[in-house]
Amino acid sequence: MTVQDQATGIPPLDTVANAAATPEHEQPYAALGLRDEEYARIREILGRRPTDAELAMYSVMWSEHCSYKSSKVHLRRFGETTTDEMRRHLLAGIGENAGVIDVGDGWAVTFKIESHNHPSYVEPHQGAATGVGGIVRDIMAMGARPVAVMDGLRVGPLDAPDTARVLPGVVSGVGFYGNCLGLPNLGGEVVFDPTYAGNPLVNALCVGVLRVEDLHLAFASGVGNKIVLFGARTGLDGIGGVSVLASETFGEGGEGAGRRKLPSVQVGDPFAEKVLIECCLELYRAGLVVGIQDLGGAGLSCATSELASAGDGGMEIDLDQVHLRATGMTPAEILSSESQERMCAVVTPENVDAFMAVCERWDVTARVIGEVTDGEHLRIRSAGEVVVDVPPRTVAHDGPVYSRPYARPDSQDALQASTTAGLARPGTPAELAEQIVALASSPQLASRAWVTEQYDRYVRGNTAAATPADAGVLRLDESSDRGIALAIDCNARFCLLDPREGARLALAESVRNVASSGARPVAVSDCLNFGSPEDPAVMWQFAEAVDGLAQACAELGIPVTGGNVSFYNQTATTAILPTPVVGVLGLVDDVHRAVPHGFGAPGDAVWLLGETADELDGSAWAGVVHDHLGGRPPRCDLAVEARLAGVMADGAARDLFSGAHDLSDGGLAQALVECAVDSRIGAAVTLPPGELDPAAALFSESAARMLVSVPAGAEADLARLCVEVGQPAARLGEVGGDVLAIAGVDPLDVAELVIAHAATLPSVLDA
Amino acid sequence: MTARIGVITFPGTLDDVDAARAVRYAGAEAVSLWHRDTDLQGVDAVVVPGGFSYGDYLRAGAIAARSPVMGPVVDAARRGMPVLGICNGFQILCEAGLLPGALVRNTGLRFICREIRLRVEADTAWTSGFEVGSAITVPLKSGEGRFVADAETLDRLEGEGRVVFRYAEPAPNGALRDIAGVCSTDGRVVGLMPHPEHAIDPLTGPGADGLGLFTSVLGRLTAAA
Repeated sequence: MTVQDQATGIPPLDTVANAAATPEHEQPYAALGLRDEEYARIREILGRRPTDAELAMYSVMWSEHCSYKSSKVHLRRFGETTTDEMRRHLLAGIGENAGVIDVGDGWAVTFKIESHNHPSYVEPHQGAATGVGGIVRDIMAMGARPVAVMDGLRVGPLDAPDTARVLPGVVSGVGFYGNCLGLPNLGGEVVFDPTYAGNPLVNALCVGVLRVEDLHLAFASGVGNKIVLFGARTGLDGIGGVSVLASETFGEGGEGAGRRKLPSVQVGDPFAEKVLIECCLELYRAGLVVGIQDLGGAGLSCATSELASAGDGGMEIDLDQVHLRATGMTPAEILSSESQERMCAVVTPENVDAFMAVCERWDVTARVIGEVTDGEHLRIRSAGEVVVDVPPRTVAHDGPVYSRPYARPDSQDALQASTTAGLARPGTPAELAEQIVALASSPQLASRAWVTEQYDRYVRGNTAAATPADAGVLRLDESSDRGIALAIDCNARFCLLDPREGARLALAESVRNVASSGARPVAVSDCLNFGSPEDPAVMWQFAEAVDGLAQACAELGIPVTGGNVSFYNQTATTAILPTPVVGVLGLVDDVHRAVPHGFGAPGDAVWLLGETADELDGSAWAGVVHDHLGGRPPRCDLAVEARLAGVMADGAARDLFSGAHDLSDGGLAQALVECAVDSRIGAAVTLPPGELDPAAALFSESAARMLVSVPAGAEADLARLCVEVGQPAARLGEVGGDVLAIAGVDPLDVAELVIAHAATLPSVLDA
Repeated sequence: MTARIGVITFPGTLDDVDAARAVRYAGAEAVSLWHRDTDLQGVDAVVVPGGFSYGDYLRAGAIAARSPVMGPVVDAARRGMPVLGICNGFQILCEAGLLPGALVRNTGLRFICREIRLRVEADTAWTSGFEVGSAITVPLKSGEGRFVADAETLDRLEGEGRVVFRYAEPAPNGALRDIAGVCSTDGRVVGLMPHPEHAIDPLTGPGADGLGLFTSVLGRLTAAA
């Protein structure tokens, strides 16, 4: 029994000596998310029961979110399939805070996607805001200046009652944090599906830029070096965010399902983070940092144990030096708090004064809280007593690893057998036109301007393209024209039908998005969102998707540089669609030559690159028109995808394209509509030659296709380029007028399309 | 001699790099000023850029208006030094008493980021290069951009020709009388909510219309020299 201090209500200090003397003391490990066998393992490691503080550290660090205990055995596939050739430009990869890619001229780029799903359901605004804040600190911790963000959002149906709470809250949170940080938002995804109704997905991407020599890695080496905690004060928010919140399933949905978990959600202050960014960059420039780690999930538990185990092995910490925002915090609370906007640096003793001066200039609070020691002890004191004495590796790296059972569910056969073959297809020009408009104005495919107009895209003045462009394009450095392109994508409907092929298609689409700008894809970051790993069917989806993605990356020769796994995305027994979101980074030699989104100028030719097959299973057409999901996803041939990307890059370098848009959800029909709407100009086109019926030609979602606009003088060059590399291509017609005229389809007025495409989200969200 | 234009950075300022770039594109030297500075280093004009100075705590612009650097800025402005406040900078100039009115939450209660057309309605130190009546396209990006003042003040601003920019379409933030920007009685201090510094290069903005504000002030400085 714990005796509480009568005056303060604070339990007495559970010291290491006390733990050794009271082996029978019962501990609430199950409430902290640890299983019987995991608790037994901790006792075995320590040779005694853990103290309250040690138990808190192990419980957060051994959580699914931090330890990857269910995914580790599968994630090894990424390492196994990555060749030395693929690693050639990689300065840091999986296991670091974020992957870093050498892009030439002494510049490097670092990027990563991370999930903040569970907090965003409990408290959408703060959950999403701190999701952005967390990924930005990961990028800062590599020594980079964060330069842009993107976000992938998935919520329940647009007209579901809870969507009116979740989506506006999430969007305001992403916008609030990103806008106040001064990071342009380049775009991303907004997807509606019933499986996300009780478990929305908020995946945030951040990209940063650094000089190669400024690369910082998280390690604490140099015995005697000081550990400095700086940034916001540590408080009672986000306690157990990674364990009881992110690593468990919500109960049955409905009003208040997540309310009891509200105290586990962090609260963000973007102003504090903006100041912290500038402060860190000045510290890096001045050479005052040996190692650095951000404080995110698992807070100080994570930062101290990871820094120590990646360095010389030992560390002494004095919790009395930690600047707190609440009084009477226990050691366990201080160690597991996920208060935002904090960083932990390793600094040589002679640089501490200079370090503190920089922090003072930025009004950032900083305290020396400990130092690097030799040996294998992470020793933490509170009120002069030792409350933690553990081998740091056992906290940070030697967590449990599970080979969870996985099995293809019996229902998969029936799902794949339920194809679109029997669905009625439109035939008349009027029916076709009607369905094109129905798709363009459906929640799935309507304009996302309601969302993206709440995000600053201009700040810092380097944004050459942002949504609705397929890829964001950013100038890296004003003195050169070098740039990067970024896209994130996943069609989770395809992933449900075939998780392996779906993951490959997610990579293919992201690559295609980046290629549409003329950029060359070079690296991948992923955010793997799945249901409960304790369900063998979900574990099968995960294993298939990881293996599919790893092999696909190997086929394209671009490495996965890092990412994140989010399990337990389900409400009671209903899992979300398997959602492996794939982010791709591409390089642009000259941002002035990046291909614009949409149609080109009046008179330019419209070409379709790639081949169309009758592939309607899983399509937006099947979903919107027939509310159908079944069959097999489109074929994915990555060699064909790579050829198309090569044509786009070579063509862009020769100025062959005045506009481009990749074909994905909604097929050719939706690509034509979006080009017309986004460029506010019509076109007159025929359907691609072949045997396909008009519905298949318009709505099929075959991969590896791109709609491009070609100035008259460039058509012969493009034709020659396509012949050289064997790229199938067809001239469909010309840009111009104020009507989208598709042969065999009633003409569509562009102004009316603009309204139909724009009205859907506001009509529900502003109602 | 090249004109020197100060660009202030407060903690939480975001568009200082953009403002400095605009100053350079216009052909002047950009001089960084820090919020704790009490000396303007002899600059010829000052830009107070956008962002969320001091986290917009208390009220947007309220703390920045009382920061050390604003003392000399207000003094210099009263003596005729040109000052341009953009977005949060406009809020700061209102809070500092250099410009009338106030900026409050958008009527839709949401942050708005979009390209917008503005009508130039007054000849000031920062708009002398434009024809009065011409239209420019620049980004608007703010959550608290709704210009308000009492009717008497609005009448006076209109009567004295001190409405510098007006939204060419109904103001998306609900600004009274569609006012996007105003100036001091001498036309040397200008504040506006939209962002001319984000429209200086078609590569990264809607066009280059915004550069005109920065070249305008250079023209005035050169003429005065």
